[in-house]
Amino acid sequence: MKHLTPLNAKARRISADLAAQEEDVVALQQAPRPHVPLGCSLSFSPGWEVDATGGTAGLCQPVERDLYDCYVTCFWPVQVADHVNYSPDWASNCAAATKDWRNLDIVFP
Amino acid sequence: MTTLLEHRYRAGEMHRFLAAEANFVYLPRAGAIFALDAATADVLGRLRDAPVAHGDLAAALTDDGMSQADAEGLLRELRLVGLIEADHVVSPVALVDSPPADFPLQALVLNVTNQCNLACTYCYEFGADKISTQTGKPKYMTPETARAAVDFLLDSAKGRDAVHVTFFGGETLMNFKLLRDVVAYADAKAAESGRRVTYSLTTNATLLTDPIIDFLADHAVGVTVSIDGPEEMQDARRVYKSGKGSYAVILPRLKALIARHKTRAITARVTLSAGVTDVVAIYHHLKHDIGFHEIGFAPVTTTEDGHDFGLNGDGMRGVLNGFHALADEWLDHALRGQMHGFSNVSETLSELVVGTNKSHPCGAGLGLLGVSPSGDLSPCHRFTDADEHVLGHVGSGVDQDKRADFLARGHVGAKYECTSCWARPLCAGGCHHEAFVRYGDTGHANLHYCDWIREWTDRVLAIYGTLAVRNPQFLERFADRKGLS
Repeated sequence: MKHLTPLNAKARRISADLAAQEEDVVALQQAPRPHVPLGCSLSFSPGWEVDATGGTAGLCQPVERDLYDCYVTCFWPVQVADHVNYSPDWASNCAAATKDWRNLDIVFP
Repeated sequence: MTTLLEHRYRAGEMHRFLAAEANFVYLPRAGAIFALDAATADVLGRLRDAPVAHGDLAAALTDDGMSQADAEGLLRELRLVGLIEADHVVSPVALVDSPPADFPLQALVLNVTNQCNLACTYCYEFGADKISTQTGKPKYMTPETARAAVDFLLDSAKGRDAVHVTFFGGETLMNFKLLRDVVAYADAKAAESGRRVTYSLTTNATLLTDPIIDFLADHAVGVTVSIDGPEEMQDARRVYKSGKGSYAVILPRLKALIARHKTRAITARVTLSAGVTDVVAIYHHLKHDIGFHEIGFAPVTTTEDGHDFGLNGDGMRGVLNGFHALADEWLDHALRGQMHGFSNVSETLSELVVGTNKSHPCGAGLGLLGVSPSGDLSPCHRFTDADEHVLGHVGSGVDQDKRADFLARGHVGAKYECTSCWARPLCAGGCHHEAFVRYGDTGHANLHYCDWIREWTDRVLAIYGTLAVRNPQFLERFADRKGLS
């Protein structure tokens, strides 16, 4: 934290929680330099992918990143949260998908 | 090509305060306290009147000389902490969640007798606002009931290394023999499982003798004395049935107690009522003339009409002015590294150090239960012997349905007026008993003192901020303070 100074135990817990989110997952194009795992594309664009087991746990990028792109650009509007009618605030805590993807939560229609 | 939603931000829920010429913020959703820098204060200032778009905020910051990356970093930091939030976010409705049925008990308040040798005119147990139904019930707790209570406490405190027993009344010392037996029994019983029991009692001090004082000191029993101040104030309402005041009786006994008992702090608990509102004079008398270590004050509990002892608006204003004067003294002491004995600051401050964010105003029905002389369980000592509030019996355990109902009513999320109040993390709607006396419902917010609570919390926050700037080490002394109220 650069601008807020935590002054009690609860504030220090919040600060530690936020610090733990920094740099623990690195997106492909994240600064300071592009991070390119072997066999992955450098581009940051949506697409539905599965790993070798047919699931999503082994993907080299978080599946939420793809979901987010679908949500914003309406690739597959039926399969993602509907930001027009029912879930207008689904991505409200996700100003930058590369940093804030974990704030995207499951929607129960 | 990815496009981003254009967020518009509004200020999140917060209470800002100034202290020692610095900016601070208290976050009610967390109970967190942060110091703000000028850039943060600038962003919050821009959001004072209306939401502002992300791009406009970032542009304003870069116009002021901040780099684009720093501006984005600042906005992200504020968003993650909750100081700013997207303007179309709907705040979640507060959840009224229940603790598990096996939530471990921590403390019992044993009402060792419901009899008293005084007849204080404002007493909630015998006075005009009483809710207890004592007719036909035992007046004194028996050793069998007391032992069953200790067994119940230890059985229900699984996972805790230490439990606490508070002795209460009536006048506690009218059943001192039982108190002595309970300490011996509980110490032995707890030792069998490698645990500890700590003790405290509340008394009017009229029956203190040297052997009793020796016992309390030797067993580190914390002592709280109900006392209202100098002679004329003490004798206004803390009287015998004949009307005779109790000050002259207790003064020598208190001096003996304080001189002999060094193992725990000796505290005074003052009930403020009509005409007994000069908290500064009361404090200095109890602290310096008598020698109490700490003095805490609370306004008398009463119904809307206040009877002849309730505090009206002017009375409460006077009390608060006195609190502010003592708070000044407290801060002066703290800046010099000295403890002041005004516990209304110390208690609130220690909750702020931790960042307490209460679901319920106190531990009643959660980690704490009251026990009547008959062995009936109640949420706390103030509901003892009130049929309507029985939560089970020490022999048969807690009535989980009644307990769940009590806790659901008393949950801060169930109190509509509290949901928009920044002081709710510490207050949570206030005393269940006072709410019942005043509004007929333990789950009603104590609306008659909301302004008072907010003003006082703001004052202690300012003390906190001042110490954070000028003597931060002093705050660390409160990290381990255990409040059992």
